[in-house]
Amino acid sequence: MRRLSFIHILAWATACFLILPILVVIPISVTSERYLSLPTNGISFRHYANLVGDARWSKSILDSLIVAAGATVLSTALGTAFAVGAWRLGVPLARRLRLLMLAPIIVPPIVHAIAFYRAWAAVGLLDSYLGLVLIHAMKGLPFVVLTVAASLANLDHRLEQAARSLGATPAQAMRWVVLPQVATGVVSGAAFAFITSWDETIVALFVTGRRVVTLPRRIWEGLADNIDPAIAALGTLMVLITVAAVVINTLRTQRRTA
Amino acid sequence: MSAAAVAAPTAPRGERLYWVLLVLPCLFLGLFYVVPVLNVLVMSVTVPRVGVSNYAELAANPAVRRVLWTTVRIGALTTAITLVLGYIVAYALVHTSPRQRQTLMAIVVASFWISVLIRAFAWVALLQSAGLINSALMGLGLIDSPLELVRNETGVMIGMVHYMLPYAILPLYANMSGIDRSLVPAARALGATPAQAFRWVFLPMSLPGLIGAGIIVLIFSLGFYITPAILGGGKTIMVAEYISVQISETLRWGLAAMLATALLASVLLLIFWLSRFMDVEAVLRK
Repeated sequence: MRRLSFIHILAWATACFLILPILVVIPISVTSERYLSLPTNGISFRHYANLVGDARWSKSILDSLIVAAGATVLSTALGTAFAVGAWRLGVPLARRLRLLMLAPIIVPPIVHAIAFYRAWAAVGLLDSYLGLVLIHAMKGLPFVVLTVAASLANLDHRLEQAARSLGATPAQAMRWVVLPQVATGVVSGAAFAFITSWDETIVALFVTGRRVVTLPRRIWEGLADNIDPAIAALGTLMVLITVAAVVINTLRTQRRTA
Repeated sequence: MSAAAVAAPTAPRGERLYWVLLVLPCLFLGLFYVVPVLNVLVMSVTVPRVGVSNYAELAANPAVRRVLWTTVRIGALTTAITLVLGYIVAYALVHTSPRQRQTLMAIVVASFWISVLIRAFAWVALLQSAGLINSALMGLGLIDSPLELVRNETGVMIGMVHYMLPYAILPLYANMSGIDRSLVPAARALGATPAQAFRWVFLPMSLPGLIGAGIIVLIFSLGFYITPAILGGGKTIMVAEYISVQISETLRWGLAAMLATALLASVLLLIFWLSRFMDVEAVLRK
């Protein structure tokens, strides 16, 4: 039993290591100084005000929302279409094509960066909303395919056939029989796609410039010159949203199993 | 010739819709994804001139060799440290009360979702010479001058291990939860010491999880860009950052494309190897 508790101490020490940087952004975000420091001279919310008041930050938040929304719509539509098509047809070709769909998570981001920088320069998509939306849609696509395919795995093929034999057109059978069954998969896939786009940094650094400045790019530039505590304010907000989501999810699964 | 056009005449009317659904996303990826990525492979043997001169630099160019060595060394060390810590956490997760498991799991999952940039920012704030850790240690009188924790390999490894831990813990935990809980007590009842029971019963059964998690962490470590670039401070340069310098500063596109191709090839090899130990798709699903 003593051996076991030693393992537990090490595990909790590792857990502290995991949350340390998450917790440290909170005090930094309320410092009253202009530079990176702990709030020793009183608490201030000026850096939060900067996120809204400073035009550069608010533009970046807006840009990130625009790009992530566009990418989410596109990758959710395409990913759901692929997963449903592959499920219904069940041909070996579909299984092989699925590997193609997953490529964007496997290929290292720096390879994407060179690839899209060259290709987008050739077709004039550099530093455009459309250009970044297309890239982020492709990066989100695998997650949608995976989640929707998972929710289809237990769906009986005969349901769709029954609807067809009762007179539904293929489109009606899909709209009223198949899609309602995969709704949860589609929603969680869309959430993954949104977060993928919201966080994507490396390709955005290469293919955007002055016109489109998403949040990760803005933070990156902020880290390069003098470090702005507004990054901590933004980080705190993102941490709070994440923690809320995790806690809600934990409580929900707890209630389901209880 | 697209698959839809081939299949449509023979497919029953009800299936045509599904062929369109299947093929449209593939055409989208084929045009906007596969063509640009293949172009990188082509560039590696055509820029600046046709031939394998870029690949000769792998052996001939000392700067390239140093970067590759740094990448492999940091990647391997990160993987080793992450696996040890991840194994301990996963082991504790399996062998603890439901309440503790829930808290521990929530911490792992929460850290998994925090943006990599925010984490790098937090580590800079903690580790820099005027940062929180050095101030605290100096305030306590434990050290006289600040420790060099960032803008070097130490900083890069701290940041990378932190990023990779959840990627190791989650598959290890999934693997360990599948191990029959009565096996270790059975070995003990048959006279094994706790160490023997672990060494000969639990460890072998968790080996597939360990190898799988190790390959995943290695794959991500090799291509890592953001954390080394911020915490390495331009001194510890890994291959992804070196590639980006070739593109944006020295404009050596052929060299960049060659290194990208080599990186991609190693990742694909590792994925192929991984597929022998575990279901790759289950791993990629976050």
